[in-house]
Amino acid sequence: MKVNKLEVLSNVQVSERYWHMKLEASSILEPVKPGQFFNIKCAEADSPFLRRPFSIYRMNKAEKTIEFLYLMKGQGTFKLTDVVAGEKVDMLGPLGEGFTLGKTWDTVLLLARGVGIATLAALAQEAVEKHVKCIAILSARTNNDLLAAEMLQGLGVQVIKVTEEDGTSDVSNVHRLIEQLLIENDIKATFTCGSKRLSKLLQKISKNHGLPGQIALEEHMGCAMGVCYACVCDIKEENGINSVRVCKEGPVFNLEKVVLG
Amino acid sequence: MESLKLDVKIGELKLKNPIMPASGAFGFEMESLFDFNQLGAIVPKSITKYPRGGNATPRVCEVTGGMLNSIGIQSKGLPYYLKNILPQYEQYNTPLIASISADSVDEFAEMSEIISKEKCVSGIELNISCPNLEGDGKAFGMDAELSYQLIKKVKAVTNQSIIAKLTPNVTSIQEIALACENGGADGLNVANTMLAMAIDIHTRKPKIGNVLGGISGPAIKPIIVRLIHQVRKVTEIPIIGCGGVMNWEDAIEMILAGANAIQVGTANFINPLSMMEILEGIKRYMTTYQIEDINDLVGKTDIPV
Repeated sequence: MKVNKLEVLSNVQVSERYWHMKLEASSILEPVKPGQFFNIKCAEADSPFLRRPFSIYRMNKAEKTIEFLYLMKGQGTFKLTDVVAGEKVDMLGPLGEGFTLGKTWDTVLLLARGVGIATLAALAQEAVEKHVKCIAILSARTNNDLLAAEMLQGLGVQVIKVTEEDGTSDVSNVHRLIEQLLIENDIKATFTCGSKRLSKLLQKISKNHGLPGQIALEEHMGCAMGVCYACVCDIKEENGINSVRVCKEGPVFNLEKVVLG
Repeated sequence: MESLKLDVKIGELKLKNPIMPASGAFGFEMESLFDFNQLGAIVPKSITKYPRGGNATPRVCEVTGGMLNSIGIQSKGLPYYLKNILPQYEQYNTPLIASISADSVDEFAEMSEIISKEKCVSGIELNISCPNLEGDGKAFGMDAELSYQLIKKVKAVTNQSIIAKLTPNVTSIQEIALACENGGADGLNVANTMLAMAIDIHTRKPKIGNVLGGISGPAIKPIIVRLIHQVRKVTEIPIIGCGGVMNWEDAIEMILAGANAIQVGTANFINPLSMMEILEGIKRYMTTYQIEDINDLVGKTDIPV
C-alpha cells in the first residue's frame, strides 16, 4: 500500500450510468489482486471530504495500466467524472484482501449484480489467464447497465444476463438458473458481489452443494487502511461471531462465514 | 537555518517534534507509508480493559468540512494490546503514548498501573471524554471534581507523564482544565470530537448507527483554536492541540493559540502522509520567520489590548 499519483489515460462514460477510467500504473510495483481496491481522492478540493473505495476492474500487466468501472452515484463518483486524460489522480492502495482461486478449481461460478460486476470482472480475467472455466451470471436493472458482459464474453467467459427490464432478475429465477448450471457443469467454487439478496441465495446454494464460496463486500469507509474501525462486518468463526474490518480482513471473505443479516 | 529546535516536553516526556497522530486515526497498518521514526510520538488506538465490540454501523458519515464518527472503541482488550499491539512499535525510537479508555475511575487507575510497566510506553493519555458508565453516560471530563479525582488516582499509581484528553462538550473547558492540572496532569489534549448528528432526509434515518457521533475535520478547527486559547489563559501546563488540523498552517495556528504539540487525526484518512507534510511545513515556516525554537511560538498570538 502506498499513495500513488497516477496519470489518467482515459475517463469516459460507457453507458447511461457507468464510467470507465484507465490509468498509467507503472509506479505500482506490488502485485494487485482481483477483489483488492484503491481508496481514491475524487476531487482536489475538500468536497467530497473523504476518499472513495473502488475495486479494480482490470489490470493489464503487459501495458502496465489499471482500469476502474464505476457507477455515477453520489458526490464522489460525480466529481470523478470531471477528471480528464493527462490529469493525475491520488489513489491509496492496493488495499485489502482479494479473491483466491483454489488450485483444483477448474470451473467457477460468478454471480454479480450492478457495479459488483466490475469487481468480479477482475477475477474472471485472472481465472481465464489460469485456464479456469468461468461461468458468470450478471444481474442489473437494464441491459444498458450490463456493460462488462461483452468484455467478459470476449475473454471466453460464459455469460448469462438477467435484468429487471427483461423480468429475469428475480431471486427465484436466479436460483433455478444456478441449480441448472450446477447440473450441467462441474462447478468447484462460487463468487459473488453486489447484492445482499443474491449473496444470501448463493450462500445457501453453496452450502447445500458443499461448495466453497467467496464474497466481496461493499461498505462506506473511513480510512480504508484498517486503523479507524468504521467499516466492520460480522463473521462466524469457531469462537462465535466476530466483528472484522471490511477494508483490512476483507473486502473478500469466505461466503460461508459472512453474516448477511 | 540548520539548527531548528523542534523538540517539546510534556511532563517528563520528551518529543523530538510536536507532531503525532490522534488516537483512533493511526495504526501499525500505516507502516508502509512513512517512517514512524519521524513522528514526535506514536499514539495507538485507545485500549479498554475488556474486549469491546463497538457500535452499530454506519459508524462514520461525511459532512461539509468533516466527518462524524461513532466507532465505540472497538477493542480486543488489554492483554491483547500488551502482547500484540505494543511490541509492534518497539522497533522505533519514537516515544509511545498509550491512550486508555475506561468505565470507572478505578479502572483507569488499574489500567494505567499495568500499562506503566511496559518498557515501550513513555506516556499515557486518558480518554476522559468517553462516557462514564457509573455516571449515567456522562463523560468523566464533563465533571471537574470527577476529573480531578481521576487524574489524582492515576498519578498515585504511575510515574508516567499523564495527558488528559478533554471533551469540548462542556460549558467551561477552563474549569475542567484546572481540575486536571490540580489533579496532577502533565498535559492536556484539547480536545476530543464534538457531539454531533446528521440525518438522511430521504430515509429520515440518522446517518450514524449510534444516532449521535463526534464531528472531526476542518469544520471544527476554529472551535478548537478557541478552546486552546481559553485553556492557555488559565494554565501553563503543555497543551496538545487536536481537532481539524489538515495542514501545517492549521498546526501553526494552534501553536500560536497556545498548543505545545499537535495531534493529527482525520487528515490521515484524506492524506495518509499529512503528518510528514505538516512537519516539513512547520520547518519552512520557522525558517521563513527565523524562529529557532518551536517553543518560542507557543501562545504568541498578538491580541490587541
